[in-house]
Amino acid sequence: MKTNNMAGGLLVGRRAILAGGAAAVGLMAAPSILRAAETLKVGVYGGYFKDSFDKHIFPEFTKATGIAVESVAEPTGDAWLVQLEQAARANQAPADVSMIAQVGMLKGINAKLWTALDLAKLPNAAAVLPHLVNKYPDGRVAGIGAVSWYITLVSNTKAIPETPSSWAALWDAKRKDQLGLMALVSNSFLLEVTAATFFGGTKHLDTEAGQLDCFKKLSELRKNVKLWYRDEAQFEAALKAGEVPMGQYYHDVTGLAVADGHPVRSTFPKEGGITDSGSWAVSRASKKAEQAHIFINYMCQPSIQALLSRKVGTAPTIDRKKTDLTDAEFAGVSSDIAPIIPRYDLYLSKADWLNQKWTEMIVG
Amino acid sequence: MMRQAPRRAADYGPIAFPAAMLLLFFAVPFGLMIAVSFFQRVEGGFYEPAFVWSNYARFLSVFFGRVLSFSMLLAAGVAVLSVALAFPFTYLLTRLRRRTQVLWLVFLLSVLSLSEVIIGFAWATLLSANAGLTNLLVMLGLMDAPTSLSPGLGAVLVGIVYQAFPYTVLVLYPALSRLDPTLMEAARTLGSSPLKGFFTVVVPALRNSIVATLIMVFVFALGCYLLPQLLGRPQHWTLSVLITDQALFQANMPFAAAMAVFLVLVSLGLVGLSLLVGKKENAA
Repeated sequence: MKTNNMAGGLLVGRRAILAGGAAAVGLMAAPSILRAAETLKVGVYGGYFKDSFDKHIFPEFTKATGIAVESVAEPTGDAWLVQLEQAARANQAPADVSMIAQVGMLKGINAKLWTALDLAKLPNAAAVLPHLVNKYPDGRVAGIGAVSWYITLVSNTKAIPETPSSWAALWDAKRKDQLGLMALVSNSFLLEVTAATFFGGTKHLDTEAGQLDCFKKLSELRKNVKLWYRDEAQFEAALKAGEVPMGQYYHDVTGLAVADGHPVRSTFPKEGGITDSGSWAVSRASKKAEQAHIFINYMCQPSIQALLSRKVGTAPTIDRKKTDLTDAEFAGVSSDIAPIIPRYDLYLSKADWLNQKWTEMIVG
Repeated sequence: MMRQAPRRAADYGPIAFPAAMLLLFFAVPFGLMIAVSFFQRVEGGFYEPAFVWSNYARFLSVFFGRVLSFSMLLAAGVAVLSVALAFPFTYLLTRLRRRTQVLWLVFLLSVLSLSEVIIGFAWATLLSANAGLTNLLVMLGLMDAPTSLSPGLGAVLVGIVYQAFPYTVLVLYPALSRLDPTLMEAARTLGSSPLKGFFTVVVPALRNSIVATLIMVFVFALGCYLLPQLLGRPQHWTLSVLITDQALFQANMPFAAAMAVFLVLVSLGLVGLSLLVGKKENAA
């Protein structure tokens, strides 16, 4: 079983379930780098992601600023958010700065979990793409884009010789019992994919009628799906073996599999890959706001964004022209085709309804 | 050995510590879960202390009713299969030499040390078309082409029974090893075949142990949430899978707690019912 997933561990997987239960263990297992007064606790997703940050990113930061970093393995899903909020109620911060996915950012904003960030102390953040800056309703900044990644259409080149060009390939009758798709409405973003592919864009999801259209279209997909996965390693193994020859998966991890010689490909469909991202946010219980600002500012530098693309496999959160990434390096982590941007707002305002509809749809 | 029934409060002293632990690590968390199940879910946020019935109301639907009945049926199937396999196995095991018995028990205990994740992945591979068992059948000329047997109901059953089997054997072992061998000898001298003796003497003599083991495996299988995900299709997901989804991915603790409380109550009810039926039968 493959354990060195990169962005693959970000949103899905049994890793989340296991890590959720064992988060306390994770905290204790964090490496005890210099426990100086200057130590900043930074939460990043456990596994390959944390390992890459520990190896390539945090030591450079400590060298540049003198602030030691203690990395904390955080579970995916909402488990970490729940822990941060519970701890903050007791005035504790298991991590000062955490990388948080977009739905989590918004939930934290609703619960006023994040310390408002001072842009005057974050000059480098001016380069971060505007849609990757999270704001409170009153305009205060709650989070700054840390990394982006893509979910694309992936396939096994032996089982499926022709390269698919559109997400519509998932609906092809030839793909009966051949697909692997993510099992949750809030991490698969398949409603958005359906809207973009068949209904002219994600605006179609504005209304309940539009959402029901997409559910109806998605239910046609059911007979093609062999594996609804929560665990990314399970799908990755099945994709490489050709057991499940097509599906949705992380572009960067698939790129690694290609580099390792596996017969797989990642395609940006003409409707666009699904983009998703994590933001840096500071718990309101943290007493290290000063150091946290220095850290976030450091991470926004073009050179660090390029380093992240090369070493961690994520897409930059700033305009690529500001970085020194070559075309090949950029293609490895991103695409110039306009992406499908998830409707994060829906996963807040209609979370329970969407979840219920979705579960009923796939259980059938 | 005769013991006197406890008469004074001090006689209960020896069980004070286990009782305190049970209270601290079982009763208190369960009480907290019941409390959370009545809290108010804040959509797009967390939850607030309150006393509402809405979490239970959401659960009372045809959809969750179906998931609950599937979970119960699956658990019952696992219980029956495990006991049907483990009972004859354990019976034969207790007839073996002491050394061989110990070796088998050590082996079964080591199976228990495997994590559910490993078991799930191993069976997914064993049941796959590329590397799975069907390739052996093709090699032997029994099948035309290897097929994939996972995900599916069969795969889920195989996985959970594999996981439950060592427990079942370990629970049955003491009762079977204490079984008086002269019972079977008497049956044989009176002319019954070994098979007939097994079914008409050994099985009825251990009826209570069998019922207790069935209940234990049933409850064990009811809590499975990983194997149905790894080896099953969505229609094979148990209520425990949906509870995990709500707790970890939707941050909906009140609803997850309500479902868990409901699951506990229903399984306690079923266990109580089967004990009651057993008692009546014994009395009759």
